Amino acid sequence: MNMMADTTPDTYLRIRGAGKTYPSQHGPVVALSDINLDVRPGEFLSIVGPSGCGKSTLLKCLAGLENITSGGITVSGKPLSGPPDRMGVVFQRDVLLDWRTILDNVLLQAEFLGHPREQYRERALQLLERFGLKGYEKRHPWELSGGMRQRASICRALLCDPDLLLMDEPFGALDAMTRDDLNVELARMWQETNKTVIFITHSISEAVFLADRVVMMSRTPGRIVDVFDVDLPRPRPLSVRESDAFGVYAQRIRHHFAELGVLKE
Amino acid sequence: MKNSLIAKIMRDNRSLDIVLVLLGTILLWELAVRLFNPPAIILPAPSAIWAAFMQSPWVFIRNMLYTLMTTGLAFAISVVLGVVMAVGIVQSKFLERTVYTLLIAINSVPKVALAPLFVIWLGTGMSSQLAVAVMLAIFPIVINTVLGLRSVDPDMLNLAKATRASKFDIIYKIRVPNALPSLFSGMKVGISFALVGAIVGEFVAGGRGLGFLVLTAQGQFDTTRVFVSLVLLGVMGTILFYAVDVMERIALPWHSSQRQPNA
Repeated sequence: MNMMADTTPDTYLRIRGAGKTYPSQHGPVVALSDINLDVRPGEFLSIVGPSGCGKSTLLKCLAGLENITSGGITVSGKPLSGPPDRMGVVFQRDVLLDWRTILDNVLLQAEFLGHPREQYRERALQLLERFGLKGYEKRHPWELSGGMRQRASICRALLCDPDLLLMDEPFGALDAMTRDDLNVELARMWQETNKTVIFITHSISEAVFLADRVVMMSRTPGRIVDVFDVDLPRPRPLSVRESDAFGVYAQRIRHHFAELGVLKE
Repeated sequence: MKNSLIAKIMRDNRSLDIVLVLLGTILLWELAVRLFNPPAIILPAPSAIWAAFMQSPWVFIRNMLYTLMTTGLAFAISVVLGVVMAVGIVQSKFLERTVYTLLIAINSVPKVALAPLFVIWLGTGMSSQLAVAVMLAIFPIVINTVLGLRSVDPDMLNLAKATRASKFDIIYKIRVPNALPSLFSGMKVGISFALVGAIVGEFVAGGRGLGFLVLTAQGQFDTTRVFVSLVLLGVMGTILFYAVDVMERIALPWHSSQRQPNA
């Protein structure tokens, strides 16, 4: 498919020949190999693959938390060095601070970035309301359900209006119903803003449901095996997952999984 | 906030259990002594212990306050010094490999056995007693605080780094609050150890204090007065422990140990 990314100037994030090799006791371990990918501004990109395929490593490299050992990454044309500007991250665990209220947890993003808290208070309250957490601002994380906590951690990531949102299996620990809810809310948030989202998951239906484009990765070493556009109209209702078109996309991913020996068909 | 705290302590029916069990034990003890009449040098009756206290209450209270002062001072020194050491150990690889290694090594020595050494070094009196008490109390505080400072969720640190948090923010907004529950559990052990240390200090370097009273009463085979001191020590130990416990409840209302089932 479209393995060689187009070279239009309309590229927000460009990954060229990126590789990552870790030293280990049994010699070097290749975690990522020859990753090429262009992400358009405002695109919702899902990266799906079996565990151990290096998708989280790729995300850590994009977040500036780890360095690639070969190739290059540019953001808005500038080579990546350290965490990019205007970026928000969401992990599988919500990592909210127990001693802070939900509002103060959301404001942590501004504090870390060195912005005055008060300037973001109003926006934090709006975001919390937007994600159905109105009335919970003064509660502590342990008083909330897992789904509500993850909503709060998304609000935290969105507080300073990032251009890029990196999400590492954010709904992986939630039950199926909550996961569906959050998929819909995330899709709605994305449609209303113009953020670039890179969303890592190992759920096939989640990947297709959310994405403009799906990147399929395989393991040992982590590399891209397929990239395809998801051409389903938006906004997408949850029932889109029962449509034939959706089934074709899901089948395409499942086929790769089967080839990799992860799924038996 | 305050009201719910008091209400919570009141609702904690374990404290009621403790009072009932203690009262029952005293009652049985009194009955047994009256029934079997053992020599007072073996086991005095609770009523006799109370009478001995009332005979010279101020002697006991004065010595109790002295032991309390030694314990409190030693505990305060241990907390301040212990936290400073813990932060240093976590921040510096060098201190971790030297000071922390040494602490872990010394921790396995029965430290009470070192008490006589302090008398040689510091002479008799309060400085020796303080030294013994600090030596006992500081270990659980340092070790617990180090563990607490280290046990931060790696994804929390990733989030902080990805958001360009300063080193200062990572320490004061993440690591230190994260370590407070461990610090408090170290302090709860530490306060009991400080009391043990103060008494051992009084045994070997005495002159004053409840530990010294126990020793002199034992020398005169005055078992009743030994018991008066023991009871006062028990009361003191309990109050000190609960003082730290209340401090914890006020400082860490967010911690899991404080949560009510239907919060």
